[in-house]
Amino acid sequence: MTRSSRHASSHDTSPPGDGPAAGAAAPPRPETDDKGADAWAPGSPVTGLPDGSGSGGRRSGWWLPLLGIAAAILIFEVLPRIGLVDRRFLPPASEMFGALFRMVLDGSLWEPVLQTLQGWALGLGTALLIALPLGILIGSLFLLFMSTRTIVEFLRPVPSVALIPLAVLVFGAGLESKWFLAAFAATWPILLQTLYGVRDVDPVALETARSFGIRTPERLWRVVLPSASPYILTGVRISSAVALILSVTAELVLGAPGLGQQINIARQSGAVADMYALIIVTGLIGWGLNILLSIAERRLLHWHASQRERNR
Amino acid sequence: MLRVENLRKVYQEGTKRAFEAVADLSFTVKERELVCIVGPSGAGKTTLLKMIAGLLPPSAGAVYLDDEKVTGPPEKMALVFQDYSRSLYPWMTVEQNVAFPLKHRKLGKVETTELVRDTLQSVGLAGAWSKYPWQLSGGMQQRVAIARALAYQPEILLMDEPFASVDAQTRADLEDLVLQLRARYGVTVVFVTHDIDESVYLSDRVVVLSPSPTRVQEIVDVPLPRPRDQVETKELPEFAQLRAYVWRSIKRPETSEVPA
Amino acid sequence: MRENSRPIRVLGVGLEIAVPIALLALWALTSAGSTSFYFPPLLDIFRAFGDTWLFERVSTDVLPSLARLFTGYAIAVVAAVVIGVALGSSRTLGRMVDPVVQFLRAVPPPVLIPAGILVLGVGSGMKVALIAFVCFWPVLLNAIDGVASVDPALRETARSFQIPARERLFRVVLPSAAPQIFAGARVSLSLAVIMMVVSEMVASTNGIGYFVLQSQRTYAIAAMWSGIFLLAILGYVLNALFLLVERRVLRWHRGARAGAG
Repeated sequence: MTRSSRHASSHDTSPPGDGPAAGAAAPPRPETDDKGADAWAPGSPVTGLPDGSGSGGRRSGWWLPLLGIAAAILIFEVLPRIGLVDRRFLPPASEMFGALFRMVLDGSLWEPVLQTLQGWALGLGTALLIALPLGILIGSLFLLFMSTRTIVEFLRPVPSVALIPLAVLVFGAGLESKWFLAAFAATWPILLQTLYGVRDVDPVALETARSFGIRTPERLWRVVLPSASPYILTGVRISSAVALILSVTAELVLGAPGLGQQINIARQSGAVADMYALIIVTGLIGWGLNILLSIAERRLLHWHASQRERNR
Repeated sequence: MLRVENLRKVYQEGTKRAFEAVADLSFTVKERELVCIVGPSGAGKTTLLKMIAGLLPPSAGAVYLDDEKVTGPPEKMALVFQDYSRSLYPWMTVEQNVAFPLKHRKLGKVETTELVRDTLQSVGLAGAWSKYPWQLSGGMQQRVAIARALAYQPEILLMDEPFASVDAQTRADLEDLVLQLRARYGVTVVFVTHDIDESVYLSDRVVVLSPSPTRVQEIVDVPLPRPRDQVETKELPEFAQLRAYVWRSIKRPETSEVPA
Repeated sequence: MRENSRPIRVLGVGLEIAVPIALLALWALTSAGSTSFYFPPLLDIFRAFGDTWLFERVSTDVLPSLARLFTGYAIAVVAAVVIGVALGSSRTLGRMVDPVVQFLRAVPPPVLIPAGILVLGVGSGMKVALIAFVCFWPVLLNAIDGVASVDPALRETARSFQIPARERLFRVVLPSAAPQIFAGARVSLSLAVIMMVVSEMVASTNGIGYFVLQSQRTYAIAAMWSGIFLLAILGYVLNALFLLVERRVLRWHRGARAGAG
């Protein structure tokens, strides 16, 4: 396993040093490096063990991660109790989890969860519908790529949260705002990853297909898309995280119904343990979505060289 | 100078997946000798080299360098690995790579620079001073690795299949380079290879290893005249005989006939 | 591919420059006579931009925002690299810490703001602390992984050449982990901007985020747009600066990858 494949862990199809674009300075590359994506949306656990052994390390000391979790919870239990942190503002972990279970049991948790997930799903779904075809189009047509390059590179680092006031102006403080913000933010990672994934398709693979007389639509479906899929799936993972962030933020800032709004209400009404419980729930949702997407990614990319390495 | 005594290495000892890579290895290397170690694939050659280099603790037995037991990387020893792209530091230039081990030697800036310059020159890379390793070809990168080992001024040089990843013609050049450098600097060399021709061409003696669990199959003297030449030496009938002998020794674990 | 022919490449570069300008001009023209409440004429926005941000509100809003951003970010990155290197060197510690770090990383950062308000109040301190907290985890994750994945051959080479441990850290381990650390730092930068804006919208009396929301509430629409533009520019500039630094520091990495690929 060479070093270069280690850095681009999941993606052996890592782009060459400077983009294929001619002349002018290549635009900043998106996170095609899996480690960048993992920083956005943690998927598999850190497996880079110093001695390089995979299964050997995992079997021994399987209890280590659990010990870590236990230690963390213990810290959060002890600190407020011994007065290092004011317990009115940071209650012990047991109180937080108590509130959490209570909310699960009395059913008050589910509505906000579903509302938040609704925003996430609508945002991510819309982003996929827009960004995937657009990305394929732009990635495939050189002139279109060059025309839109500056615009995309300029709009890309715009913090979507800056549009929150605009959203509330145009859409009000409800679901539509959430949808708009989440969709806007989630479009960019998918667009960029798809774009670059399509552009980085191995020309040899394409020419082989062309020499066998395979026409464009089928080439797209059977060569370009599979080849670009590691990139695209990375983009989906990042977009999912972003859509969740925007959905929850809209609820927080605008009061759209959902977990973010509940957290605010809990704080304002002094239900501190409830507030933390809701925050934990939000974290669990984010974490859970990432795990799900990682599993889906692994299944879909089981054929990819990097996955074969990982599963050894 | 180097004494290997009853070396044994068992990986994952005490578990169900224990694997005895090296059973019992003993041999000596005299000063200024060039000894090649050959064996079939999986014969624990790299394991042996790592134990000699102090990077891997043996399960039993010991390595003595100048009668001192090796427990960690010894100071008088330098290593050249096979995979140069993984042992040269890509964030350092050629010059920085070669100078890196010299930092703590407290040689002073001028002396260090001169030493580095000299060494690069002797491996034929005088112009590659400020290049990065990945800007050079494979053969040149391996020369940098050799230069780095030489600049360190070791008493003994260990080389682990250093030319395996290089094309045939470059390999011939590099083989001759090793011979020149040994003649010039008088360093002892332990050279691991799977290439039988190479082992006979370079060495004073060849240590043939058995398949794992590895033992010393036999030690073959190579009394070919020096200086060696890629064409002339290889035309000698003695070369062909020695080569065949070593080959048979590897392929059939029983001892073969000693050549006349 | 056909794009390698010279006339097409020239046309491409031309389009790259011309199209954005054309679109901008189009926007200016179509919005010129606009009476829409939400989308005032582009020129009005430019005017508001000039009035507000050049340079009247720089010291009252821009500087505090940037100060919080940089302070929080810097603290996070430095702490994460130091702790990450320590944790990455120990396989045991790394594995212990992993699930907790992964979870904290997965929490959508803005939901921590109400907790932050409760524990730390509504001042700049709270914002800096939150930005630092949020930016810490991605860098930490990547630092741990980067250090743990240092090629053993590089380490062994250093050991065999008697390189002392301290030098091994700074000249072998850190440069080797640098590409990964930078990837994490880049993500953290976006998170820092997000947190800066949202925390100012929710709990602040100054700052760019505060200004934009406030303008919306008082229906100063052109001003609101000017604030959005400023944030867009800020995002772009920060990203560009980051890439500049990264490209400089990791010059060798791009070449090495291209070489090994």
